[in-house]
Amino acid sequence: MAAVIEAVELAPSTEWRDWLLLLKPRVVSLVVFTGAIGLFLAPGHLHPVLAFTAILCIAIAAGAAGALNMWWERDIDALMLRTRRRPIPDGRLPAGDAMGFGVTLAVGSVLVMGLATNLAAAEWLAVSIGFYVFVYTMWLKRRTPQNIVIGGAAGAFPPVIGWVAVTGHVGVLPILLFALIFLWTPPHFWALSLYACRDYGRAGVPMLPVVAGARSTRRHILAYTLVLGAVSVLPWVLGYTHALYGMTAAVMSAVFVAGALWTLCDRQDAQGNSETGDRPARLLFRYSLIYLAVIFLAIAADRLVA
Amino acid sequence: MADYNDDFPPRPTLLQAAEMRRRQKGRNLALLLVLSALAVLFFAITLVKLAHA
Repeated sequence: MAAVIEAVELAPSTEWRDWLLLLKPRVVSLVVFTGAIGLFLAPGHLHPVLAFTAILCIAIAAGAAGALNMWWERDIDALMLRTRRRPIPDGRLPAGDAMGFGVTLAVGSVLVMGLATNLAAAEWLAVSIGFYVFVYTMWLKRRTPQNIVIGGAAGAFPPVIGWVAVTGHVGVLPILLFALIFLWTPPHFWALSLYACRDYGRAGVPMLPVVAGARSTRRHILAYTLVLGAVSVLPWVLGYTHALYGMTAAVMSAVFVAGALWTLCDRQDAQGNSETGDRPARLLFRYSLIYLAVIFLAIAADRLVA
Repeated sequence: MADYNDDFPPRPTLLQAAEMRRRQKGRNLALLLVLSALAVLFFAITLVKLAHA
């Protein structure tokens, strides 16, 4: 009987949950959030059904890009503790099926976006998928420690797409929101990679701590956080928002910079490795998630109050 | 004489077959929900587009 049960457990069979996991639901939730804020901030009106469709398309496109990312990276995913239980490396889902699923969703989301809103939004959506899959996943990730810097643009597209879905063109405010996510991505991921660098090293992914060391990574985090802080208040300085957003951005960014400074001054050995179990970096990673959520909520609240 | 068992995967046990049916049913239900939702969405988009044409 035990042998039979073991055989059942070993039998490769796909559950619907595995297809869902392939879409990287956590990443999709962030993308939906920033895309919806972009759509909300845009001047003009979009029928609620079309607005819902636009956000759904952004979510599905992000999921499709995630599925194609998992298909392409199945070899390195199998080597990393954080990713080896994903459906493809775990053998629960055939790689070819995942690729077909990703391509179908990508094409479908772009077509529906074009039909429901406008061609410009569909084009931006296609560019965001292409950037994530071809530029970040296939080209940069395994080649350069700057992978996350340039690749971060892929995650910065949603507020632009949301805005374009309403207006049909790109404005200054969505470009500032794009810049905000673009500059937020490196310190966010480098904070994570500081304490997950063994995983990346094992898989041969040239993340900054693997290639340049922890000390250099901490300096990079601080530099990007300072630039991020300056850019975060630009919507207020340029008159696109009011003091509610401006003050929130200033305070949240000051805390982010303080966290980056704490990470830089973390107790380290001669090689720059943390002697505190990377506690500051772990807290900075968590704070970076709160930071982005609060900044985007603040800009929406600012518009509501105005 | 060829051994036909070499050409086919081993027959699943009753427990395996029941588990496979359960998973297949789950996938089919999920697909039904997704296709139904898509049909409703396309219908709604069409109505909105026609109303604002």
